[in-house]
Amino acid sequence: MPKVKIKRKSTWIDMTAMCDVAFLLLTFFMLTSNFTKKEPVLVMAPPSVSEIKIPERDIMTILVDKSGHVFFGIDGQANRLMLIEQMASQYKITLTQEEKNKYCVLDLVGNPMSGMKSFLRLPPENRDLAQNNLGIPTDSTNNQLKDWVQAARMINPMARIAIKADQDTPYPKIKAVMKTLQQLDENRYNLITKLEENPQN
Amino acid sequence: MAEVSQDSAPKKGKGKRAKKLPTRIDFTPMVDLGFLLITFFMLATSLIKPQTMEIVMPSDKNVAEEDKSVAKASQAVTLILGKNNSVFYYFGKSEGAKLIKTDYSAEGLRKILLEKNYNVAKQVEDLKAEKSKIKMNEDVYQKKLEEIKANKNAAMVRIMATDDATYRNLVDALDEMNICSINRYAVVDLDDENKSLLNSYKQ
Repeated sequence: MPKVKIKRKSTWIDMTAMCDVAFLLLTFFMLTSNFTKKEPVLVMAPPSVSEIKIPERDIMTILVDKSGHVFFGIDGQANRLMLIEQMASQYKITLTQEEKNKYCVLDLVGNPMSGMKSFLRLPPENRDLAQNNLGIPTDSTNNQLKDWVQAARMINPMARIAIKADQDTPYPKIKAVMKTLQQLDENRYNLITKLEENPQN
Repeated sequence: MAEVSQDSAPKKGKGKRAKKLPTRIDFTPMVDLGFLLITFFMLATSLIKPQTMEIVMPSDKNVAEEDKSVAKASQAVTLILGKNNSVFYYFGKSEGAKLIKTDYSAEGLRKILLEKNYNVAKQVEDLKAEKSKIKMNEDVYQKKLEEIKANKNAAMVRIMATDDATYRNLVDALDEMNICSINRYAVVDLDDENKSLLNSYKQ
């Protein structure tokens, strides 16, 4: 019996359409994206029904982690440079230009001013670990957070204050932060939360 | 599609030309690259912006006497946030008040506050229904909402947190204010009077 020969067709798939789709999606993601800011500690924000979005600019963030360590940061590299210069002169610390530039790329810093110089000299991968157990002091005798907020307010009078705290943070730690803001007459601020379904809708 | 034909020009003359093969481009590596970048952007971005809740704290500077809002005893509610997600409340004045324990669930705190703030909550609900029925302008809606919430007889809530409360408790309590359309509330310090009330409850 003669074999029936099936002529094999080449499996050439036209990838042009797929390429189009891939790049269309890529464009979409590139345009809509705002990168997740790296936070020095993992913080789980509590849920709420509030639907107000946080602005991207003109914002100073106070991050409070589970054990109450406070981190502070403002947006804009130019603002950060002014902030660290102001703080350094206030605490009589001399920082080199290189160290100041290193501060400018950090979103949130929670280090007492006394250790700031050695902190900025650390390689970036060691920084989170170094400040995890420190945080900005908020005690009444040594309230550095107050100075940070005050300096940031002078640099950017339009900025809003956003507090992001972990849901398990004990209330006294939050109270210390709130009291600090109260002393500075900052009575209007935002609490960052996760979205939760509104039971009434 | 991915062929670039080069023999589209009409042939003129008799000159013999070498037959050109269509230039076919393999797009597979480009697709690979495209998807790789998509994956990167998908992982590195946050599409959902975090939500915020606005809060206005009372100033600790001396407030002029006429600016102080005095709550009628019938409107006042005091919440004391205790430990282990418990919350205590009482109505009216603190003298001789008896604390009642509840929790942050829909059946607990929300039910109480909604009952207390029934008139306002009802009006807000009606307004919402009206808004969805007829296409109401957002500005008009907000204005009406403000009017309703500014009701003189609406409930007034003091929120006091003990040192055993967590941040989540505070946000939950503030959240209930939002849900129950209570416009007048304040986060205040736990004073001695209420502390002793709490102590007497425990015993």
